[in-house]
Parts: sequence; C-alpha cells; structure tokens
Amino acid sequence: MINSLFLINPSGEIFLEKHWKSVVSRSVCDYFLEAKEKALEPEDVPPVIHTPHHYLISIYRDKLFFLSVIQTEVPPLFVIEFLHRVAEMIQDYFGECSETVVKDHMVMVYELLEEMLDNGFPLATESNVLKEMIRPPTILRSVVNTLTGTSNVGDTLLTGQLSTIPWRRAGVRYTNNEAYFDVVEEIDAILDQSGTTVFAEIQGVVEACVKLSGMPDLTLSFMNPRLLDDVSFHPCVRYKLWESERVLSFIPPDGNFTLMTYHVNAQNLVAIPVYVKQSISFFECGSDGRLDVTVGPKQTMGKTVEGVMVTVHLPKTILSINLTATQGSYTYDNGTKVTTLWDIGKLNPQKLPNLRGSLSLQAGAPKPEENPSLNIDLKIQQLAISGLKVNRLDMFGEKYKPFKGVKYITKAGKFQVRT
Amino acid sequence: MLSMSTNNLSYSDQGGTDSAVEVGQETTPTSSNAGAGFGLFSVDFKKNEDLKEMLESNKESLKLEAMKRVVGLIAKGKNASELFPAVVKNVASKNIELKKLVYVYLVRYAEEQQDLALLSISTFQRALKDPNQLIRASALRVLSSIRVPIIVPIMMLAIKEAASDMSPYVRKTSAHAIQKLYSLDQDQKELLIEVIEKLLKDKSTLVAGSVVMAFEEVCPDRIDLIHKNYRKLCNLLVDVEEWGQVVIISMLTRYARTQFTSPWKEDGVFDEHNERAFYESDEEKTRDETEAKPYMMDPDHRLLLRNTKPLLQSRNTAVVMSVAQLYWHLAPKNEVSIVTKSLVRLLRSHREVQYIVLQNIATMSIQRKGMFEPYMKSFYVRSTDATHIKSLKLEILTSLANEANISTILREFQTYVKSQDKQFAAGTIQAIGRCATNISEVTDTCLNGLVLLLSNRDETVVAESVVVIRKLLQIQPTQHSDIIKHMAKLFDNITVPMARASILWLMGEYCERVPKIAPDVLRKMAKSFTSEEDIVKLQTVNLAAKLYLTNSKQTKLLTQYILNLGKYDQNYDIRDRTRFIRQLIVPNDKNGALSKYAHRILLAPKPAPVLESAYKDRDRYQLGTLSHTINTKASGYLELSDWPAVAPDQSVRNVEVIEPVKEWAPSLGKTVKSKPAKSSDDKFYSDSGEEEEKGSGSSSSEDGSSSSSSEESGSDAESHVQKNSSQTSEESDKSSSQSEKSSSESDSEKKERKTKTPLQKKTVKPTAKDCDSDENGNVAKEANSSSAEESSSDSESDSDTHTDSDSGTEHKKKTKSKAKPKVEVKSTKDVSLLDLVTPAPVTQHKSSVLSPSLLGDLEGLSLSNVSSTIQLSGPAFVPEKSHDLLHRMTGKGLSAQYQFPRQPCLYQPTMVSVQISLTNTTDHPLEQIHIGDRSPTGLNIHCFNTIECLEPEASVTVFMGIDFNDSTQAANFQLCTKEDHFSVSIQPAIGELLLPITMTELDFRKEQGKLLGMNESSATITMAAENMTSQPISRPVATVANLGMVPSSQDNVHRFAGKTANSGAVVLVTVELRGESTALITINTEKSVMGSMLLRDLKLALAQA
Repeated sequence: MINSLFLINPSGEIFLEKHWKSVVSRSVCDYFLEAKEKALEPEDVPPVIHTPHHYLISIYRDKLFFLSVIQTEVPPLFVIEFLHRVAEMIQDYFGECSETVVKDHMVMVYELLEEMLDNGFPLATESNVLKEMIRPPTILRSVVNTLTGTSNVGDTLLTGQLSTIPWRRAGVRYTNNEAYFDVVEEIDAILDQSGTTVFAEIQGVVEACVKLSGMPDLTLSFMNPRLLDDVSFHPCVRYKLWESERVLSFIPPDGNFTLMTYHVNAQNLVAIPVYVKQSISFFECGSDGRLDVTVGPKQTMGKTVEGVMVTVHLPKTILSINLTATQGSYTYDNGTKVTTLWDIGKLNPQKLPNLRGSLSLQAGAPKPEENPSLNIDLKIQQLAISGLKVNRLDMFGEKYKPFKGVKYITKAGKFQVRT
Repeated sequence: MLSMSTNNLSYSDQGGTDSAVEVGQETTPTSSNAGAGFGLFSVDFKKNEDLKEMLESNKESLKLEAMKRVVGLIAKGKNASELFPAVVKNVASKNIELKKLVYVYLVRYAEEQQDLALLSISTFQRALKDPNQLIRASALRVLSSIRVPIIVPIMMLAIKEAASDMSPYVRKTSAHAIQKLYSLDQDQKELLIEVIEKLLKDKSTLVAGSVVMAFEEVCPDRIDLIHKNYRKLCNLLVDVEEWGQVVIISMLTRYARTQFTSPWKEDGVFDEHNERAFYESDEEKTRDETEAKPYMMDPDHRLLLRNTKPLLQSRNTAVVMSVAQLYWHLAPKNEVSIVTKSLVRLLRSHREVQYIVLQNIATMSIQRKGMFEPYMKSFYVRSTDATHIKSLKLEILTSLANEANISTILREFQTYVKSQDKQFAAGTIQAIGRCATNISEVTDTCLNGLVLLLSNRDETVVAESVVVIRKLLQIQPTQHSDIIKHMAKLFDNITVPMARASILWLMGEYCERVPKIAPDVLRKMAKSFTSEEDIVKLQTVNLAAKLYLTNSKQTKLLTQYILNLGKYDQNYDIRDRTRFIRQLIVPNDKNGALSKYAHRILLAPKPAPVLESAYKDRDRYQLGTLSHTINTKASGYLELSDWPAVAPDQSVRNVEVIEPVKEWAPSLGKTVKSKPAKSSDDKFYSDSGEEEEKGSGSSSSEDGSSSSSSEESGSDAESHVQKNSSQTSEESDKSSSQSEKSSSESDSEKKERKTKTPLQKKTVKPTAKDCDSDENGNVAKEANSSSAEESSSDSESDSDTHTDSDSGTEHKKKTKSKAKPKVEVKSTKDVSLLDLVTPAPVTQHKSSVLSPSLLGDLEGLSLSNVSSTIQLSGPAFVPEKSHDLLHRMTGKGLSAQYQFPRQPCLYQPTMVSVQISLTNTTDHPLEQIHIGDRSPTGLNIHCFNTIECLEPEASVTVFMGIDFNDSTQAANFQLCTKEDHFSVSIQPAIGELLLPITMTELDFRKEQGKLLGMNESSATITMAAENMTSQPISRPVATVANLGMVPSSQDNVHRFAGKTANSGAVVLVTVELRGESTALITINTEKSVMGSMLLRDLKLALAQA
C-alpha cells in the first residue's frame, strides 16, 4: 500500500523520509515539487499526482507537506486519512506539528512511523497503543533519561494492540478522576450583501478529555438527541445503542479524543449570532475606495460574543489602506494575498465596533470587479447554538466517583459575508 | 540511494578533517543535494567512524546514542550502510530500545548487504519460538521485512508456523508477512495461497483485515477462497479495525459483483418492496419475494448491505467512502441514497478529503441527480476554497441543475462570475453554458446573461463568454441574430485572440443572417490583419472565403486583399490555408471541379458541440479508487465485473455446520460440545488478563450477526441480553433507579449497590428457584430477575455497558459457564429471557440457506457457550409470515405490517412481542407516528416510542408488547400520525401466545401426569406416510405454535412444550405417530380453551403436512 513517506517543508526541502517497502529514490519528489511550483498557494497543489511509475498522494497541513508514494491501486482516501493521522500523532506527541519539532525528535518520529505501518499497511494508529510502545517526551522524563540512561521505549508488553478495545490501555490510574466534555459547535454560513442567509448549517463536535482510572464505561445522553441529523463516532461508541436509544455508550480512550461529530438537522433554522453592515466601494474614476464595516450582535441568546475577528480579502491591486477602528486593532498583510485582519474582541451591543477608512489602488489599475468577501470569526462561551444539551453522564464499571463537566462553545466555522 | 552510497564511499577516501562530530551534525545538509561538497561527506565519514566505535563499545548507553544517530541519518535520507557490520552485532541486545533501533536499521539496509544480514537470521529464528507472543510477532515482522532472497525458505516456514499460532496477533503478522514474501519471490504463490486460505478461516477480527489485504495482493482472482468465509467476514466487519474494514469492503464489493445478480433490473417493480424488506429478516424476504416478485435478492447480498451500513458513521473517511462505493455498486437504486448524508458530512473534513469526495460525488451526481440535490447548498463555493475544490463544486452544481433549482444556481453562479479568481470565473461561465444547453427553459436567460458579461472588464471572462456563446448559438442557430450583431459591435474592444476568432467564425458561419455586418467586420480585419494572432488570422481567412461564396459582390476585393496578405504571412499554417482557400474559391481553369463544391465544403452544416461534464466517463472505474481519481487505470487496479446474468451457485457460501443443528436438538448433553474450541482461545487470553475484553469484542460482533439474522433496527436491545445474564443484579438496580434517573445522585447509589456483588443477588431477589448449588442458584436467579425486572428498554443498554467494563465479571463468567448445562434443567421457566440470544431461530428445516451457517459463524464468535446451550428453549422456528396491520390505501400512504418475532417481550414478561414495520409510501414525510387510544380499555400495551418523522419511501421497524391475556381476542388500538388516526387491530394466532420451554422427557411426563382429564384434549388425524419422520412433524408444529421441542426416547412420539405468556400455564403437546398414516395429538394444559383451539390449529396443519 503505502510505499514511502516524505516530509517536505514549504520551500521544498525534504527533511524526513521513511520507507516501508523497498527504498524509493527521493528524486520521485521532483514531480511533486514541480506541481508545487505551478500552484499559486500551497493549498492548490493537487493531492494526487500521477507520475510514470508512482502515484504521489500528499496533504498540506501545518505548513508541511506529507507526501506518500504509492505503487499500486489503493483508495486515495485511505492514504489521505492515514497521512492526517500521522500529523495528528505528531501533534499529540510533541504538542505541535511543525518542521522544527519533527527535526528535534527525528528518531522518535521515525520509530513511530515504523510502528504505524507494516509493509505499508496500518498496524497501530491508535495514539494510546503507540504511547504504550513509545512514550511521549516530557521535560521530567527527558531529564531523568539523561541522568539514568533509560529510554522512552516502553519495555512493557503492549496489551492495547491485542485487545478488542485497542483505543484504551489497561491499568490506567489517576488520583483525580475527571471527565470533561466540550460541545463545540461551528456555524458555517454564507451571507449575501443584504445580510440574508444564503446557506447556513451547524456542525458540532463533542471533544472529550477523560482521565478515569480502570475501565470505566460511560453513558452520555442528550436532552434533545433528535436535533442531531448525521453523526460519526469514535470507534469506541456503541453504534447499536445509539441507533436504538440515542445514547452514547462507550469505554473511553484515555486522555483527549473526539467522541463524536454531528450535523444539526437542516430543518432547524440556524441562528446567526452577528450581523455585519458593510460597504466597500471603489470610485469609478481615480484610484480610491472606501471601506466601512460594522459588526453587531444579532441572535446571541443573551450571551456575549467574544473573539470577533473580521478578515477582509482585498483585491490584489490594492496598494495601501488607511483605516481607523473604533474598537480593537487591525493588521494589514500585503503578501501573496492582500488581507486585512481586524481583531475586535468582545462585542459591546451599546457601542458597535466600526472599521472605516480609505483604500488606495495601484495607479492605473482598473476598478476591481468583485468586492472582497469578509470572513468572520467569533466565539460564544456557554452556548451551543443549536440548543443541544447534555442530559447526563453515567459511569459504570468502576467504583469511584468521577468529577464531570460539560462545556459549550459556539464558534464561527466557515462564516463568510459576501459583499 | 545506491548511487549515493558509492559517492559517499569514494569521497570518504579523501576525507580526513578532524572536525568534531557535533559540528558535523549541525552542518549536515538536510537537502538531497549529493554534490554539496567534499567537506560534508568527509565529515559524514568521520562521524560514521566515530559511530562505529561507539557501537562496538561495551557501554549500553553509548551504543544507544550511536544507534539513535544512525537512525537519524536514515530518517534524513543519508547513507549509513557501511555501519552494517557494527550494527548487526547488536541485534541480540537485551535493551529493547536498542534492539528496536537495530531492527529499523536492518530492515532498511538488509537488501543492500545481504550476506551480512544473514548473520542476524538465527536471532530471529530463536525469537520466533519465544513464549511471548509480541516477541514472536516482532521477530516475524523483521524477518519478513528483510528482503534477502536467500532466506525465502526460512520465511516460508516461519509464516506457515505463525499462521497457526495461538495468538491472533502473531497470525496477523503472518498475514502481513505473506505479502512481503510474495513481493520478494512470486514463485511461492501456491504455497502462500494455502496459508491465505487457512488464515481466511480465522475468526479473529485482528486477522481479518490483514489476511484480506494479503489475498488482494497475492491472489485477487481466487474468488473461490472467499465463498466459505463470506458470511463470517460480513459479520465480523463492524469489529475489524478501520483500515481492515476498507480493504475488506472493497474486496467484498468485487466479490458481490461476481456472485449476485443485479438488483437494478425492473427498478420500479420492487422499489417499495425492497425498501421494506431492508428492515426485515432475510428469511422473511426470501419467502415474500418468491411468491410475488421475479427478482429476489440473495440473502447474502442483503447481509453485506446491512452489515456495512453502520460503518457510514465511522470517523475514518476512507471507511465511509468505501461503504458509499459499495452501496453505489451493489445496492438497489432506491437504497443508494442513504450514503448521501455521510458523503456530504465528509465535505467538512480536510481539504484533500474534500477533493476526493467531491470527485466521487461529481461522478455520482451525473447519474443520480436526485441523490445530492437536497444538499445542493453544501456545494456552494467559498472564496477561501482551493482552486481544485472550487472547480469540482462547480462541476457538481452544474450536474445538479434542473428546472426547479436552476434559478437558484444561476443566481449563485452570478456571484462566482465576479470572483477575483479569474480562472474560476471562466469555469463558471462554462458551467452556465452547460446549464443553458441542458435546460432549454433557461437557454435564453443564460444567453442574455452571457451577453451582458461581454461588457465585462476582465478579458478572460469576456473571452470565455464569447466562446460559450458561440457554442450555444451553434446549438440554436435559428434565432439570435441580434446577439451576433451585438458581438460584432463589441468586436473592437475584445482583445483575447480566442474570443476574436470565435466571433469571426460566428460571422462566417451565420453570415447570411447578418448580411450587412459581416462584410464590414471583414473590412476591419483586412485593416488589422497583419497585427493579429495566428488563430485570428486563420479565422479571418475563413470568414473571407465564406463571404466570398455568399456575397462575392461586396467582398471580392477584400477577400483577394486578405488572401494576398496571407500568402506572405510568416506562419506556414496561414500560408497553407490561404493557398488552399484561393484554389478552392477563386475560379480558374484548373480547379473547376473542386470549386463547384466549395460552397458545400465551406458552408456545410456543422454538428453542434456537446457540452458535457468532464466526469462523464469516470464511472468506468470503481468509485473511491485511485484509478477513478486520476482517470486512468492505475497499476494493480482490479476491474469490477458486470453482474452475472445468472447467479452462481449460492450454496458455495454455505459452511458445513451440521453440528449446530444437532446442538439445537433438545439433547442437553451435547450442548457442551462447542466448549473445547473456545477454551483454547481463552487460554491465550487468560494469561494477559484480557478475557473480558475479548468477551466484549466477540459478543458485540455477535450483536451484529444476531441482529442480522433477526431484524435490523429494534433487535439490538435483545442481543445484549446475553450479557445481561451475567449482570442482572446491576440490571435490576438500574431498573429500580430508573425512576430516580433525573436525580443526579443515582449513579453513586448504583455504584454502592454494585459493590454488593453475588451476595446481594441472593438476598435481594427472593425467588422460588433457589436450588442446590450456589452458582446455579445465582444464575437461575439472574435469569429470573432479568425477565421479571426488565421494565424498560433503557436498562438493557446500560447492562451491556457493564459487561464490557466490569473487571469483576471475569470470575462470574467462569462460574456461569460452569453452571450453564444445569441451568437448562432447573430453570425451565426463567431462562426465557436468555432465549433472546438465539440467532436466526432454528430454520434448519427451511429452505433458507442462510441461518445454519450464520449460526456456525456466530458460534465461533461467541465467547461463552451460553448461546448454544440456551438455544434449546429458543423459538424453534419463526414464521416469516407477516400480516397486514394497515394497508397503505386505508392508511393514506402509511402502511404497516406486523409479525410475531416469537421473542419474549422485553417490556413485560406477560406480553407478547410484536414487530411492526411501518412504511411511508407517500411522497411527503409522515410525522409523529404513535399509538393512540386502545380498546378494550384494560388492554396492556407497551407502545413504541413516537416516530418523529418517517421520510418518504422509508420504513422503520418498531417493537411493541401486547398482553393478550392468554386469549385470542384482538387487540385494537389506533395508529396515529400527526394528522390522522387509523384504527387497527392485531389478532394473535393461539400459537403465538405461547413461549417455548425446555424440559427433559421425565419432567414432561411428570407435568403431563398432573394435567390429565379435563386438562387433556386429543384427536387422531390422518396424514401422509412420507411425513412420518420427525422433521416434517416438528416443522408444522413449530409453525403453528411457538413451542420448544422435548427430547423423546421413542421414535414415533414427538413432544413439545411451552407456556402461556400471561399466566405461565404449561402447555404440553404430544404427537404420536401410529401405524401407516394416523397420528394422535394430545394436548395437556390447564387452559382448556387454549388447548382445544391449539388442537384445532395443529390438526389443520398436520393434516396438510
């Protein structure tokens, strides 16, 4: 299946390679680098490239290219999914996934990759199984390791991989037993010039942080599970029970994991928490334009809207801008994409934040055809915009009493205002 | 790599700087540039010398440090092969980390240094015999990864041995090794196929994915190896790890296409029928459909569809996609749409995932617009999308366009046209063009819109518009001369060559419609001819020629002028064309023959271009494959065959399992039979203390299969009941705390109670069934309490939870399995709940091929032998017959059917469970389906939960419990939807009011002795001689009444036992065959009315038989 993996940084340097079958020369990456050159943005590099002898499937994530070399037919999603798991694994082990981190932990990353695939077929992709084999570095451990000469490689025999619950390792012990669930909902929306909703939907995810000893068996139920239209689960969730009774019953993995993702029933109208009044205009003659954006709260269910950020993708012909914000600050980036990022912060309904000023175009450039679109970012604490509520969490199988907590957050997902 | 290594070596000869190793490391170039300079290589060499010393030292920590650096070199793609001798010495190290690193190194370089690699082999051979399964596995893994041809025989031997290892993990590794060996030496194919065949039979979920992968790689054409394992694989699928699922699903897709007939014929006929059948048991369907329909889906085909459906909820996008393609290629057309939602969900995932999924949706949406139309807005383009995503979305939107939504789509397109991404804007214009040709209603609107775009400031947009307009006009040439005029007017402002050429071509082609304008355009072109692009020049020549033919009076001179210009053009194409045209149109003596036809040559009617999707022909590849993505055949792509016209023999998938049939026969001694095989499995697990984990796994896989054999939706609750048996005490706690559920304290309470383990069981539940041994007592009570205490379906779900987690269960399980055989005897009445486990109730007499083998599969899967012993009192036979509850005509489109699943009711033991299938045959969703008023008023019904919404064409199966009070009086109630009420009634046959029980012959006689006189009714009937053997007798009896068989010592006497659901009165049936063709039926029960009614039914049934 997967023959080799190359990690490539945005400038085209290959800084890690791993082969699971015969070695493939890294010159195969040239095809990819060529395609990368052609693409305007790293995101535009086609994920699947067909070369005379190999197929290159790549992902771009965290400013890194993960390029896999394939020799025979394989479902492309299989490879893509795996590559993302590799990125997630690096993130999980070292806190972030970046070139420096990988370079710092080259050997460990290599060992992990060795364990994840056998002959190109995934062997152990569950983070807890891997962690049992190769312990993630901690500051304390690295100090101890250097002093005592012990290592990060687990010498215990892995039980996780052998069990039918591969996601949980045996013998977990905590002094404080806690289980936290974050219900995070994202609003994906497209609003048109007049502020009417072209398209809106809510996507949610239940993130869990479970630190419980032993083999707890949890049951999470919702007040209004009917809201959920389409769901996908962590493998630990018993699907049959969800189907028959709409409860999530599972033996949780240890630590952080995504319990479920869901899509809220399309029939429910989506409450849009903010409105945006904007006018961006370019004068027909001369090389000037005006920008005026105001953001205000709309349907917020009485909560404060925080972390509001507006990103304006301006036309490339903009030369400079001169804006003033009544609240927050704005930055202007004149790189490959001309963007203005306006960081507003908390929305105050009494005094609506406003950003206005003038734009100046390159001399002689024609008036831009399209007005730039605005991307909105926001956050509302303690509110799940769909109205989803966790009813209760029960634990069976262990005798202690865990500390339980649920948090709701609403965020803007791909929230776009057309102008 | 090899070339690099030689480089390195040769350079290293000159090396010799004494720079420190640390410095060398820092300056190491990370790029692949091999010619970076001597200095660097010499540093490398120097460092390697240093590493060699470290590796040969005695200090473990030094070695480790060295190995780490060596592996670091490998990771960076540097050559470290000359360290091989030093490294390989450490292969037998005690230090696990060091060992692992050495393994990593070995696997990387063994191929290059084969002789030296052989030094390590003996270490692995020793490790292959290690008592620890993980060491065995890792030894095999490394051994098989060393690509040295000389060790092929050793590998072969190791694989063979590992394939029969006790540990499934080692067996999994051996499946991986098969592929490695095969790629090393293809001659081993035959031997390897033998191993694959063996591993395919493996029942462990760990092995399944890997061995199927090996199968796909080594012998994908040996489809015959799959037959016997097909059902097992289907049933295991849910529990296989996610990557294995993908491989198995794609293999099964291919398999199904060769083995089943197409479900796509006569779509209309079985639409509705199939939809309903989906939720029913296979037996059900086979019978129904043989009666009514020509097409009958193979039960195995259905099994596959049903078992893959839950995987649509997987978090792994590859799994979801593979299920989607399976449905696309295998499911009846009306079922394919269930994958839509999941595919749309994947669009939220990473960009690369979106790309692949959108590609597949693009292919799907061409053939099946309806599937994705409701989700049209999910394909709206955002300005932040990557270019390839944008164009795919555009593609899909275009495919989805129809009369109803075209206005919305066009409005959306309008926004896209203004996009800053001009490439995308151009794509949008093409999309508009396609919409315009596909939907004739909007052609004019689109044309007008495109004409407006001609005044756009952006050239690419204008050019694209012109090209698209040209294509549109070609399709509808009759009108629109004003558009041509308009374009002629714009001609001066358009600079893009392609667009100019297009306009010129239009002028020429339709010059008769614009007789005045065309010559003028030609005049302008003559003026600017020299400064035009080649393509424009060519079209100018064309235009001139056409005008010359149609309007020579006005354009003769102009044409000659242009031809003269062309004659001396720099481009030979243009010179050629000019010469050709001149000869063709300008009459002279030589070419008279040709110029006669000039008009017909130049102004021949041209076929309109067809604007169609780029994804049109992608459907020749299987969806979700690499070949589909790149639109060429990837190496190793396996064609999906067409459906066979006639289905190959179905019976090849039958697994010979005579034993299970025997086991169901009511002889108690045999039931223990399946135990030995199981215990060997357990042995392996018991050492690592994972018995219960295995338990949960295998029992949950049983969930899948048992439900598959009974019914889809509602039955999962029942299947857990097996587990309940071990956990009933908590269970009852639960049901008691059910009421307090709202109070947040209850869980702590529960915990408290749980701590009072077996002891509590005894004390809390006073039952009459306390008997001799402790353990027996417990178990009997458990069963009892579970049947008594279960009041809501909620409680079951929770109990399932318990078994998996409670580490304390282990010992309980053991005791239970010991106790089991006896339980049978003692707890005649109480075991009933456990009966639920019975997978695919004994249909051994039925024609259906599915169930016996299914059961065979199940048997291997279940951990404890609970199920096989308990089967004795499971329903001997479940009739497939379903009855109409509400016809769709009277129900205004809502149709309902009911049947008796013959399972003890979960809600209350006195109830009879009824399975109702509701189908919406209308075209709008039905909301809030629930049960309303009932009569007689005292009627005790456990309603099903209100169904919020039933989509059109969808059906749902629900369960309800009805207490018939041991009478055949009909239960009347109202089935309500949001708007309507329909009165319906269920009239049970007398035989359905019974529950089967088991007892020994002795007990049977004892009971019979108590029920003589008034309580006995009997009759003599005549029946055909060939039906005198036992099988035909038990079948009609089982069909009529839900009775269990009682072993009989006499050949001609058959005994059946049951109890009434409500009062629990024992019903004993004896059929005694006498002489040639007569039989005496005797029924003993204190419910004499029921007895006589049952007698009547039995008489009728047996006389027929």
